[in-house]
Amino acid sequence: MDFSIASILMLDGVTNGAIYASLALAIVLVFAVTRVIFIPQGEFVAYGALTLALLQLGRVPGTVWLLLALALLAAVLDALAALRRGLPPGRVAVSAAKALAVPVVVTALTWWAAPQNLPLLLQCLLTLAIVTPLGPLVYRLAYEKLADATVLVLLIVSVGVHFALTGLGLVFFGAEGFRNPSFWDARFSAGALTLSGQTVIIFMVSIAMIIGLALFFERTLRGKALRATAVNRLGARLMGISTSGAGRLSFGLTAFMGALSGLLIGPTTTMFYDSGFLIGLKGFVAAIFGGLASYPAAAVGALFVGLLESFGSFYASAFKEVIVFTLIIPVLLWRSIQHGTQDDEE
Amino acid sequence: MTRTRFLIAFVIGLALLPQLPVPEFWITQANYIGLYTLVAIGLVLLTGVAGLTSFGQAAFVGLGAYCAAYLTLSFGVSPWLTVWIGLAFTGVVSLVLAWITLRMSGHYLPLATIAWALSLFYLLGNIDALGKYDGLLGVPALRFFGIDLNTGRSFFYLLWALVVLAAIAVTHLLDSRTGRALRAVKGGTTMAEAMGVNTFSTKVTAFVLAALLASVSGWLFAHFQRTVNPSPFGLNMGIEYLFMAVLGGVGHVWGALTGAGIVVAMKDQLQVLLPKLLGGSGNYEIIVFGVLLVLVLQYARDGLWAFVESRLPRAQRKVDWADAPALPERARPPHGEVVLDVVAARKEFGGLVAVNDVSFQVCAGEILGLIGPNGAGKSTTFNLVTGVLPATRGSVSLRGERIDSMRSRDIAKRGVARTFQHVKMIPGMTVLENVALGGHLRGSRGVASAMLRLDRAEERQLLKEAEKQLRRIGMAASMHELAGNLALGPQRLMEIARALCADPTLLLLDEPAAGLRLKEKQGLADVLRQLRGEGLSILIVEHDMDLVMGLVDRVVVMEFGTKLIEGTPDVVQASPAVRAAYLGTEH
Repeated sequence: MDFSIASILMLDGVTNGAIYASLALAIVLVFAVTRVIFIPQGEFVAYGALTLALLQLGRVPGTVWLLLALALLAAVLDALAALRRGLPPGRVAVSAAKALAVPVVVTALTWWAAPQNLPLLLQCLLTLAIVTPLGPLVYRLAYEKLADATVLVLLIVSVGVHFALTGLGLVFFGAEGFRNPSFWDARFSAGALTLSGQTVIIFMVSIAMIIGLALFFERTLRGKALRATAVNRLGARLMGISTSGAGRLSFGLTAFMGALSGLLIGPTTTMFYDSGFLIGLKGFVAAIFGGLASYPAAAVGALFVGLLESFGSFYASAFKEVIVFTLIIPVLLWRSIQHGTQDDEE
Repeated sequence: MTRTRFLIAFVIGLALLPQLPVPEFWITQANYIGLYTLVAIGLVLLTGVAGLTSFGQAAFVGLGAYCAAYLTLSFGVSPWLTVWIGLAFTGVVSLVLAWITLRMSGHYLPLATIAWALSLFYLLGNIDALGKYDGLLGVPALRFFGIDLNTGRSFFYLLWALVVLAAIAVTHLLDSRTGRALRAVKGGTTMAEAMGVNTFSTKVTAFVLAALLASVSGWLFAHFQRTVNPSPFGLNMGIEYLFMAVLGGVGHVWGALTGAGIVVAMKDQLQVLLPKLLGGSGNYEIIVFGVLLVLVLQYARDGLWAFVESRLPRAQRKVDWADAPALPERARPPHGEVVLDVVAARKEFGGLVAVNDVSFQVCAGEILGLIGPNGAGKSTTFNLVTGVLPATRGSVSLRGERIDSMRSRDIAKRGVARTFQHVKMIPGMTVLENVALGGHLRGSRGVASAMLRLDRAEERQLLKEAEKQLRRIGMAASMHELAGNLALGPQRLMEIARALCADPTLLLLDEPAAGLRLKEKQGLADVLRQLRGEGLSILIVEHDMDLVMGLVDRVVVMEFGTKLIEGTPDVVQASPAVRAAYLGTEH
């Protein structure tokens, strides 16, 4: 290996690492706020990339129907619960209508926009509008009822959600892969190193996402409420913070970050309905670097995973997944030696 | 015994099934159910009993299957040898994984098993010697005493004999000393360690046993399918195994069978139905599985078998220990010897000093009361003495031996037993079994002898001791009840009986009278006096002043982590400083 190959691999690794970093941050965020180990994070990545791919083909993506169906189901469940609590039917109907407004508008918009062949940027925004609301709905339907269950039960729920979303991905997008067009075809050369416009966009957006998240947590009331919930759920509730609201918000953020990551890598790799899972799990390996608790450690872990993957695929391309996922063992060993035995009371 | 009859009927039904003119497809399906049940039984042990989870059981099945296929095909090793090699190999791998991940909090294990399942899948799919993704073909059929097990019907008998044996062995294990320890681990480690259970090695045991069951299933799988390739050992299958266990009921061995049966039948139907419904082709059934998994956890957390279980009569344990020899007892220290010596013990949490250089002694045949307002540091002092928390400074000695840097279970071994301020018990076990857990260190039988029922003599001794302690505390009448059904007061009494079952030298009671009625309190006081008469040392934290002052020999009063005063009840009651601490001072 000479310097130029090394630098190409390095660039490749850091680019993927940037994506993994945003996924890892989302995973840490969701775990901190809701104690949910959100395995299906990768499905949002696949949904983001493939929803855009179908829009590019001028078709209405199935994710829209999923959005509408989940929203209806959630609205019906909420309405039934409200009626059982004895709320007046008028008020129940109004809040159901409110809850359904966004999904219905998004569906109608997509239905109209799909054949119009809109500019790429608008299609990207539409994709985000379709996938992001899926996050809170998934939280509402799968997790909210179990909010006080153990981490282990929530983890098994996550695996169930992963199964359902992957299977639905197959229904919506079929078994063949898609590769999205590049956002920016520019190329910058620096010696042996070529920087594509897409790489630049990945860096810029990932960094913007991380800074945006930091600002959200530091500067906004909602962000602070999420942090409070992460520290102490009961305490936060006593301060008037709705923990289920916090859960929905964190799931919304994670779906947004997943979909955005999907849009970013769509042009660099061929995406299949189940590709998201492996990508999301690499985010997990990164998040475990920080013990599912530290944002900076997760980001560093993500860069490391990206680099390991790109160098691993150079040296032993067939074994690149083996290398990445076996890495979790020494990381866990390192953490267990560092932290010793932990007791988790239930 | 309805249950025994049920089991016999089931076994007879199984034995008859291949003789009936049922279609071959039924036999094939029944064989898959058997293969999956073996794995799911392991998950019952791991998830339902020990409270751990693995998504990587399919990978252990893969290890067993590939060991069998590779060794027979490449080296002509007999299948009856490869099963042991596979078990040894799986055992080593699972030991390493368990050793690394089980030290940390519960969710790292499942995450590690996901990663491990993925890497094994890609590894198997990329090794030339193992045929890459095509796998190994032409695995020979098993031969059993000259009979070729090359048809579904002949294979059926070997497979189901192993399934029934595994189910019986695990059922036996759960009803044993090790079984109680396994259940104790589920609720967190503090209580189990205080009973002398090595929680780490108990968790490792559960994980390795589950892996070994999966490995046997893999060995059978290889010789049943006659071919192996990576896809049935991937992560998706690992998740399906867990789905089976959760759907059937992760708390019962029968739940494993129920879950495996339903999943096999459902998968078969869905694979025909869903592609017609949705068009195209693919494993659409995972949508249904995923949604069902979430629904089961939301609405029927104990699985489907629990509905059957709740309708079955609960078999009461037969009292067969009446003439078992009593367990040997520890020699009591001579009356008046210093048993517990706490010297300038200090505990800091960051800047907060919870226990501030507190010193006191407890002598043999003495009851020492530790009182003080809420937040005075009484429970922290307890935790320092029992090794739950390490002291920042100072020393704690038991009969002259420093115990302040020891683990809880090593302190328990030296004769310190305790109860908890918030009752910690195993709600799904009977009162008797909960109390027998306290005698954990007085037995020594392990997994193998429990599975083979070679532990019965010792088990009778332990249960006899448990009954004796329950009788002493006045609870013999409710020994067959489930502990979770007791009211708070009896639960506390049960904890005391459990502590006594350990044959302690020093007994630590954390608010034993909270939630007791007057009569029960008087009964408790009588028992404690009697124990004191037998030379036991007792340290008691209690808020009921009538009880404390009428019972104890000396009192230590704590306030804000500091020892305020020490003396006889009369001296303490007369002290203005104590009055001020409890009632405040006039200004």
